Amino acid sequence: MSRRLRMGPFNRVEGDLEVTLDVTDGCVTSAEVRSSLYRGFEHILLTRHPLDALVIVPRICGICSVSQSAAAAAALADAAGLEMPANGRLASNLILACENLADHLTHFYLFFLPDFARAAYCDRSWHAAAARRFQATVGEAQREVLPARADLLRLIGYLAGKWPHSLALQPGGTTRAVTATEKVRLLAILSAFRAFLSRTVFGDALENVSGLGSADELAAWAQGRPADFPLFLEIADDLGLARVGRASNSFLSYGAYAHGGGDGQPLFARGVWQDERRPFDEQAIREDVTHAWLHGEQPLHPGQGETRPLTGAFADKASAYTWCKAPRYDGVVVETGALARQMVAGQPLIRALVAADGGSVLARVVARLLELALVVPAMERWVRALAPGEAFCAPWELPDRASAAGLVEAARGSLGHWLRIERGRIAGYQIIAPTTWNFSPRDAAGVPGALEQALVGLPVGEGERVPLAVQHVVRSFDPCMVCTVH
Amino acid sequence: MKLLWLQAAGCGGCTQSLLGAESRAGVLAQFADSGLDLLWHPGLSEACGDEALAILQAAADGRLPFDILCVEGALLRGPNGSGRFQILSGSGRPVIEWVSDLAARAQHVLAIGTCSAYGGIVSGGENVTDACGLQFDGDQEGGLLGKDFRAASGLPVINVAGCPTHPGWVLDTLLSLALGALGANDLDAWQRPRFYTEQLVHHGCPRNEFYEFKASAQKPSDLGCLMENLGCQGTQANADCNLRLWHGVGSCVRGGFACISCTEPGFEEPGHPFLETAKIAGIPTGLPLDMPKAWFVALAALSKSATPKRVRENSRSDHPLIAPAIRKSGPK
Repeated sequence: MSRRLRMGPFNRVEGDLEVTLDVTDGCVTSAEVRSSLYRGFEHILLTRHPLDALVIVPRICGICSVSQSAAAAAALADAAGLEMPANGRLASNLILACENLADHLTHFYLFFLPDFARAAYCDRSWHAAAARRFQATVGEAQREVLPARADLLRLIGYLAGKWPHSLALQPGGTTRAVTATEKVRLLAILSAFRAFLSRTVFGDALENVSGLGSADELAAWAQGRPADFPLFLEIADDLGLARVGRASNSFLSYGAYAHGGGDGQPLFARGVWQDERRPFDEQAIREDVTHAWLHGEQPLHPGQGETRPLTGAFADKASAYTWCKAPRYDGVVVETGALARQMVAGQPLIRALVAADGGSVLARVVARLLELALVVPAMERWVRALAPGEAFCAPWELPDRASAAGLVEAARGSLGHWLRIERGRIAGYQIIAPTTWNFSPRDAAGVPGALEQALVGLPVGEGERVPLAVQHVVRSFDPCMVCTVH
Repeated sequence: MKLLWLQAAGCGGCTQSLLGAESRAGVLAQFADSGLDLLWHPGLSEACGDEALAILQAAADGRLPFDILCVEGALLRGPNGSGRFQILSGSGRPVIEWVSDLAARAQHVLAIGTCSAYGGIVSGGENVTDACGLQFDGDQEGGLLGKDFRAASGLPVINVAGCPTHPGWVLDTLLSLALGALGANDLDAWQRPRFYTEQLVHHGCPRNEFYEFKASAQKPSDLGCLMENLGCQGTQANADCNLRLWHGVGSCVRGGFACISCTEPGFEEPGHPFLETAKIAGIPTGLPLDMPKAWFVALAALSKSATPKRVRENSRSDHPLIAPAIRKSGPK
């Protein structure tokens, strides 16, 4: 027996999402992912002064705001042939890391975990604990997480004035130098956040968490540990979340936190994972609009790309079902995000989980939590390395004409800005956001995007209108729909 | 009071800002403890898909009474008046239709952020999507709901403008409404709550000594006043950012960059690059509003000529080069 299921508004994701499923004999046979909002940021940017991008692009997204700023600043720096002074780089990394970690926390507690508190799971041994801790808007964890998150954001308050939508990230560095005393305060903020993570999220020191190297070690570590991540692992084990949600199993990372890993290397490496780590080639990216409500013929590199919405008879393009383009890397569907970042970076536990079961709901969530444990110690190092009295921002002059790219890692994965300047003005601006990759529609060859692949095969109960397995898989990507189409 | 929250065509940043409210147990606990019941919020509530649509439909039909409608994001009327640039997922209907239906049932309607109030960034450039605010289209009355719209309480749309809006502005507005302590006289000419717009961003600006002497920043990260060269509109922007502060410690100017007057209709199109000050004959076109221009020019010339070396040198550095002198002790 077949039926078609339309799920929307798909909430507890950032922005507008609709998912349509074909279900046959209790199993998803095909999925279509629809981004249902078009705002036209790439058009809003045209003909403006290039630095105006710093005002406009963060406002694409209120949850990836700093990432958008960082990508624009990187593209402008590329255009100007500019290197940031060490302080500027450290401060930029701290601001971006602060947003990324706040986002991981928001996803885990506010977007993802509340589904396990649902009444549908009331016969499970862990349900009472999950409901008490994680229930949407009223769970007791939220009384602990939101204040911890607000305290962490004070770091951005110092370094970037406010979040979201700061102008502190500039092509030459950052606008706010810190004093020696402020370094002490920044470290105090990180100490408090570290203590919250150790006590409430992990129930252990961060270094013990990031040292776990295999699924068996992870299971043994979690056993009986009274904290939220171990509770999630118990739930994941019971529900088999390691065995659902596999997408293309190809992963993309632009590399995160420039010079943040020592020896001039990023903290997390750049590359592509396809059975093995390969070098990343920016020229291998194309965007296809066959299934989008957009004009265009051939797949284009974003440096030559355009975004022109259909405004007339939508029926004329029967193949279209979303505003989202279909980006492909060397012609294939890739997944991006914390899981991809840690696969490419070679994190042992993530490599082990993917080797066993492929990219799964469990692996995606574990990768985010591992990043909380991995990045806080790096941030502590970066604060200690700040040198008050030395420059935070280098002067620059923008060229009248340039083609440039800014590639960064947002919480949700690889974010690229492609900028063209002509006569001192923006002549072209194309953005590929992390969820554009993950929630892409089919391409000209009919190959479904990453989420569309990940949903196939999921069980759907007879009477289920909003199947929980589907919700877990969708939210495991931590989609940001406002970035997706922008 | 029951609160229903919709996200139209925005970035979700006003919700993210609100979640950062500095409240002992977080903003959601503060809602609950203050009697604000969150009926549905797209980013936070449990109900998804059909479950959520059922709530919205019942609210729109009047079967599920509620008190406050908060709308975040601009309202997209395009293409060609169809509203199709934003369909409420799962419903097949444009978001603008849902907003109109729900606004007609609400006791109070709040525009959360500048997009929802006036159109904001989303209405910038050629405004391909025909974006507007709930009751304004830029600085023109009208918008989606029309200038004569009144919520059931008798109030027009309350514009909690800002890009993003400050969590405290939203909370103070909601808590005032819950106490019945916000009336028509408490709104300014742009329908913003006066409690935060009858201040200037200039008030409490930590760069005030540099402003007094017109000791101006020359480049990003300089400590000096940002008004003369780097586009700061703090002396004309209606908001209490430097008295209330962000995250307890920050603000735009404290972060080292210009105030772009984001609480104001039309801020997205200043008519010049955002980070440069527009000038005619070397004089900024945007001067403090309640001061004759000639006075300002005369005062600026005088104060520039009297700038102490400490202030001048520090204004062009990213950290203080010269500390204030320490005066002698004893009777003054």
